[in-house]
Amino acid sequence: MSEVPPGTIVKRHRLATRVWHWVNAVAVIVLLGSGLGISNAHRRLYWGEYGANFDAAWAEVPRFPDWVTIPGYYSLALSRRWHLFFAVVLGFGLLAYMVVSLLNRHFQRKLAIRRGELSRRHIWADFRAHLDFRFHDPEAPDQYNLFQKLSYALVLFVLLPLAILTGMALSPWLNATFPWILDLLGGRQSARSIHFIASGLIALFTVVHLTLVILAGTWNELRSMVTGRWKVPE
Amino acid sequence: MIRRRDLVVGGGALMLGGCDRVLEVPAAKRLLFSGENFHRGLHRAITDRSALAREYAAEDLSPVFRVNGNNNPGTPEYQALAANGFVDWRLQVGGLVDRPLALSLAQLRSMPLREQITRHDCVEGWSAIGRWTGPMLGTILHAASVRRSANYVVFRCADRYPNGRNYYESIDMVDAWHPQTIVALGLNGRLLDIGHGAPARLRVERQLGYKHAKYLMGIDAVASLDGIGLGRGGFWEDHYDYDWYAGI
Repeated sequence: MSEVPPGTIVKRHRLATRVWHWVNAVAVIVLLGSGLGISNAHRRLYWGEYGANFDAAWAEVPRFPDWVTIPGYYSLALSRRWHLFFAVVLGFGLLAYMVVSLLNRHFQRKLAIRRGELSRRHIWADFRAHLDFRFHDPEAPDQYNLFQKLSYALVLFVLLPLAILTGMALSPWLNATFPWILDLLGGRQSARSIHFIASGLIALFTVVHLTLVILAGTWNELRSMVTGRWKVPE
Repeated sequence: MIRRRDLVVGGGALMLGGCDRVLEVPAAKRLLFSGENFHRGLHRAITDRSALAREYAAEDLSPVFRVNGNNNPGTPEYQALAANGFVDWRLQVGGLVDRPLALSLAQLRSMPLREQITRHDCVEGWSAIGRWTGPMLGTILHAASVRRSANYVVFRCADRYPNGRNYYESIDMVDAWHPQTIVALGLNGRLLDIGHGAPARLRVERQLGYKHAKYLMGIDAVASLDGIGLGRGGFWEDHYDYDWYAGI
C-alpha cells in the first residue's frame, strides 16, 4: 500500500455523523452543566434502593461552582428543565444515529477492529505514535486508530446508553412500568450513583477528545466535522 | 495574542453563560419548559397508566425517614389543632362534587385503609422507604360524588412559606384514581408526626416528593388549574419553575 500524500483533501465524515456530532456536543455540554447543578441539591451518593442524610454514603461529591453549572446560579428547578429537555435530544439523537449507522454499515466500516490491530506489537506501535502526536496511519489516514475505535465504541455503546438508562431509572413513573431497570442496576440510589459515574467518564472523554483535536490540528479537525473534508497531515 | 486553547475554553464558558440569557427570550423559555409535557406525553404513551409503584418488604424500610420541607406549619390555627390531637381538624372536600364533605380523623380512619411500603424520591435526589397507611383518595372522591367534569384534584395545605403563600399541590385524575394514591394518616405504624405532615398528607407514589402535600386542610376537584395560585398547579411550580409533572 502506498502512502496518501500529505495535503490531500479526503472526505472524512458523513453527513449523519456530522449532524449527530454537533447536536450531541450541545446536548452533552448542557447535560453535564445542568447535571452538576442538580448534583448540588444533594451531594451524597449511595448504593441500594434508598439513601438520605442519615444513611451511609459511599461518596460526597464537591459543591460544583456556579461557573460550571447551568444555570450559572443555584436553581434545581431550572437545572432540571435544561437537563430533561436535552435528555430527550441526547436519547433520540443517539437512537437515530444508531439506526442510520447500522443501516449504512458506518460502525462496521469505522469502528470494527481489524485483524492484527490487537496484537501486542501493534498496540505498542500505536501507543508510541500517540506519544509523538502522530494519530494517523500514513497508509490509511482516514481510518481511526485502535485507541480511537475503542474509546468511540466505549462512549457510543456503553457510556451514553448507560447514562440514558440510569437516567430513566431515576423516574418514579417509569419505575412503576419498568421495575426490571432498577433491578438490573441494583436499586434507585445505585442507578443515581452509576448515572454520576457514567457522566463523569463522558466528561473525561470530552476533555481528552478536545485536547486531541487541538493536538491533531484544531482547524483541520473542526472543518472535517463541519464540511466533512479533511486534509491529510504531514 | 489569542491562542486556540483560549478560544475553545472561552467558547465553552460563553456557551454556559449563554444558557442563562436564552431563558430571557420568552419563546426559548416556553420551548425549554415544554420538555415537561413531552416527557409526560411519552410516559403516558409507553407505560401502563395503572401500573403500581413497587411495594417493598418490612426489612427494606429506611432506618430513619428524614423530614424535609416545612417541618411545622407553626400558625396559631395549626398549633391549636395540634394541641388538641387534631380532633377539631376537618378535611374539607369540595369543588366539583355533588356532596361536599368535612371529614374528621375518626371518619377517615373508619374508611377502608391501604397500607403500602413505598420509596419516596425527593427531587433533590435522595430516597427513603416508609410504610404509609390511609384511605385511598378514590374512596374519598367517591364518597363526595366527584363530578365527571373534574380534571384535577387540588390539595390545600396548612403550611406557609416565608413569602406568606400557602403550600398547595395538584394531580390529574389518572393519579387521583390510582389505588396507591392515598391520604396517609400513618407512617411506619404510628400516626403521622408533625414533621411528616400530621394529621394527613398525600401519597402519590409515581411522582417526586414535592407532589406529596403535607398538612392537608382541603381537597378540591376542579376542571382547570387556572385561577388557583398562579395557575401552574402548585407552590413550587408557581414560584420556582418546578415541573407540574413530577414523574421524572
